[in-house]
Amino acid sequence: MLSIDHLVKSFDGERRRRRTAKGDDAQARVFAVNDISIEVQDGELFTLLGPSGCGKTTTLRSIAGLERPDSGAINVGDRTFFESRPGKRSINIPANQRGLGMVFQSYAIWPHMSVFDNVAFPLQVRPRSQRPAKHVIAERVTRVLETMELAKLADRDATKLSGGQQQRLALARAIVIEPQLLLLDEPLSNLDAKLRESLRYELKRLQRELGITSVYVTHDQIEALALSTHIAVMNEGNIIQLGKPRDIYGNPNSRFVAEFIGTSNFISGVVRGREGERHTVETTDGQLVLDSAAALPAGTEVIVSIRPEAVEVSRDAHPNGVANEWSGKVLTRAFLGDAVDHVVGVGKNELRTRSNPETSIEPGTTVFLRLDPAKLSLVPVG
Amino acid sequence: MTTVTERLARGKSAGRRRWVPTPKFLISGAVAVVIGYLAIVPLYYLLWGTFFDDRGFSLDGFSRAYGNSRIGELVTNSLWFAVGAAALSLTIGTALAYLNVRTDVPFKGLFFAASIIPLIIPGILYTVAWILLASPDIGLLNSLIEPVLGPGFFNVFTVWGMIWVEGLHLSPIVFLLMVAAFRSMDPSLEESALMSGASRWQVFRRVTVPLVRPAIVASILIMVVRSLESFEVPALLGLQNGIYVFTSRIYFVLRTYPPDLAAAGALAVGLLVFAMIGVALSNLVGKSGKSFQTITGKGFRPRPMELGKWRPVMGGMVILYFFFTVLAPLAVLLYTSMLGFYRAPSVEAFQSMNFDNYRELAGMNKAVTALKNSLILGVGTATLVMGIMAIAAWMVVRSKIPGRQIIDQLAFVPLVIPGLVLGLALSFVYLRSPIPIYGTLFILLIAYCTRYLPYGMRYAVTSMHQISSELEESAQVSGASWWQTFRRVLLPLLSPGLVAGWIYILVVSFRELSSSILLYSPGNEVLSILIFEQFENGQFTVLSALGVVMVLTLVILVAIAYKLGAKVGLRED
Repeated sequence: MLSIDHLVKSFDGERRRRRTAKGDDAQARVFAVNDISIEVQDGELFTLLGPSGCGKTTTLRSIAGLERPDSGAINVGDRTFFESRPGKRSINIPANQRGLGMVFQSYAIWPHMSVFDNVAFPLQVRPRSQRPAKHVIAERVTRVLETMELAKLADRDATKLSGGQQQRLALARAIVIEPQLLLLDEPLSNLDAKLRESLRYELKRLQRELGITSVYVTHDQIEALALSTHIAVMNEGNIIQLGKPRDIYGNPNSRFVAEFIGTSNFISGVVRGREGERHTVETTDGQLVLDSAAALPAGTEVIVSIRPEAVEVSRDAHPNGVANEWSGKVLTRAFLGDAVDHVVGVGKNELRTRSNPETSIEPGTTVFLRLDPAKLSLVPVG
Repeated sequence: MTTVTERLARGKSAGRRRWVPTPKFLISGAVAVVIGYLAIVPLYYLLWGTFFDDRGFSLDGFSRAYGNSRIGELVTNSLWFAVGAAALSLTIGTALAYLNVRTDVPFKGLFFAASIIPLIIPGILYTVAWILLASPDIGLLNSLIEPVLGPGFFNVFTVWGMIWVEGLHLSPIVFLLMVAAFRSMDPSLEESALMSGASRWQVFRRVTVPLVRPAIVASILIMVVRSLESFEVPALLGLQNGIYVFTSRIYFVLRTYPPDLAAAGALAVGLLVFAMIGVALSNLVGKSGKSFQTITGKGFRPRPMELGKWRPVMGGMVILYFFFTVLAPLAVLLYTSMLGFYRAPSVEAFQSMNFDNYRELAGMNKAVTALKNSLILGVGTATLVMGIMAIAAWMVVRSKIPGRQIIDQLAFVPLVIPGLVLGLALSFVYLRSPIPIYGTLFILLIAYCTRYLPYGMRYAVTSMHQISSELEESAQVSGASWWQTFRRVLLPLLSPGLVAGWIYILVVSFRELSSSILLYSPGNEVLSILIFEQFENGQFTVLSALGVVMVLTLVILVAIAYKLGAKVGLRED
């Protein structure tokens, strides 16, 4: 459906410097997007996730045609939107001829138009030969407004809508032309926490029902995990990891991903031995066994990523003795409502744990930590 | 199948690339050319006409202009007048701004009434009003105090008089600049100084003043440049006693027969250099001032300082200021406009009052034509400038057209060109040009468009910045072409700013004198020229009537502007 092939975009100022300076200083260039390739299948909701400045928005804007990449190719369906390769004539279809739908971070609702006019605009500005008749436009706009539960507000000033309604209006405007591809640029970031959560599910439901292929940009990992079929985690213009939400959460391929998605404890160590997927890792605070598909040979330096909920805290040692049981002392504790966090000192390390609210242990108490081998993951050093 | 469609698509796109100029290209190209033409051509011809004569490069103009023994006096007078007027306006304006923003001084309403004075009373009328008030022979104030201090105590025809009139006329502008500076200062900075044990005076001296220093320095420089460029005050007050500054000297040189264009050009270049230094310095200060910008963005309402026993005293000062800047000049114009001949007020004088002068005006072809010309020029200039600037602002703020910054800089070039110098430069251009527009209204239109280009740019760019670029991009993604986006999204959203700029330019064009004075020709007078002519003929009573009409027209225009929510007063001329 959407394929992005070796897309590169450096910042304007940097490109100019490269042109004037002699010699190859590609190293010195700062890339907004540094050679990324993505395939998005029909009906997917594909998320670009990363901290600000990671290049996710630049990628999205390149798909939209609002930014002109330096090189690479962007195809949607059988149309080439952008192509620039050495030796080939470059193609760059202007944004207004790409026929995509886009929801902007600020919603970009035109304040001088009514709700109806905002949605009708994309149909009204089509070239005369393709422009639907007035009554057809009215019909289609009404239909979309009904889907978005905005039909009653059609004549309202667009600025008089609440945050959630504006968000739905922006979405209505983006899908009224039934685009092949829907682009969403942090559409929930302007809303308060409560509303964001409810609209997240709403968005997921709509995307499913309409079956519309979407590319979603966010810096909110929870949003990404909840909505996406696939996630590309980006940093500094590169895709660090690409996969299904569960894989990315459970098996982060780097310390960056493990830190960015959820919270994690990191303990460094050396692989001592391996039997199938089961690795034994020697850490400064003792041995850990864990399952990992990484299949690393003995002697490899690794970091073990331990999710707080993978740690079971107990006042007593396991009667039969199990693997990965460490003892430590509770340093602090925080009640979060639906969970309790403890920070436990183990040797020189501090481990953050998360357990159900019934488990609540005084700071200063000696406790036993049991780490589930299936829930630990190995992250290569670096 | 795919290959066929692909080939079709490729053929289509290849056909497209055979370059067809888009409306976007044509329109922005035309706008760039117009701005470049307006900004560059007059300067070029001015320099050319100054440095070249029939025999080639020559500095004769310079030696004729500056070779004279009184040249030292000219420069001294110019700087003395400019610095004096700037210092006066700064002192008054800053004090009033502080009183207004930070204290519980009474009559706050009067401040803002006074602040629109420079907009509604053109410089020439203000100067004439002060002649009527403080000329040694006929001045009203002099006749009032004659029994106490003897005849001719106030003399407006001196450098001091010039400083007084110019400084007073400029003070509201400083007031508005400083009000903005004081308002944007976080009062908690002062409060924390108080909490540290500083006295009120120490807080003012060690915290308040240093924080607004960038605004103060910028105001000084702007006022110095404006006074240097001022034509009305030096021409009306200085020429009488042979006190010359750059502007009045240029006018004088052109008035003698045959006019020495090269010498006038040499003087104009000198003035231009001074103005450029001032503007460059104020830009420099503006930039360095940003390093401690005090705006925090929080809406704070500072608790006003209680003046206590000083409150009535300060209130008296405010009334006095209001009397001198607003009431006296307007009253004297109104009073004179109803007299058969100018005389001190007396029972007899009041009994003789009538509307004969207004009747005369209505029957005077020249006056009606002048009003019409002023309106045509005002509306024409405002429409042209704002139309061009809407596109230019888009190019500068939004487009990625290479060289767009040059458009921005070009549009600001006229800011450093004094009106009189621009008039001279344009006469250099069109006296030589084969296009027969010299002596028509059209040359005035070009002059006004050039002069007000920077203001139009500022309005348009400011409103363009207020429109989120996503509003435009979403139209683009929705499939709208450049022109559709511009017409259906940008223009409606820009319109409040464009209308405000339109009215502001209408107002300032309406009172333009210093360029017009060198470019008008008999039959093409505008209102301010007519007033100038009547002043030279000594027709004070008809002039006053004309002035009252002009002020009323401006009041109506400004009122409309305020009604439209435009902060016209905050823009300095």
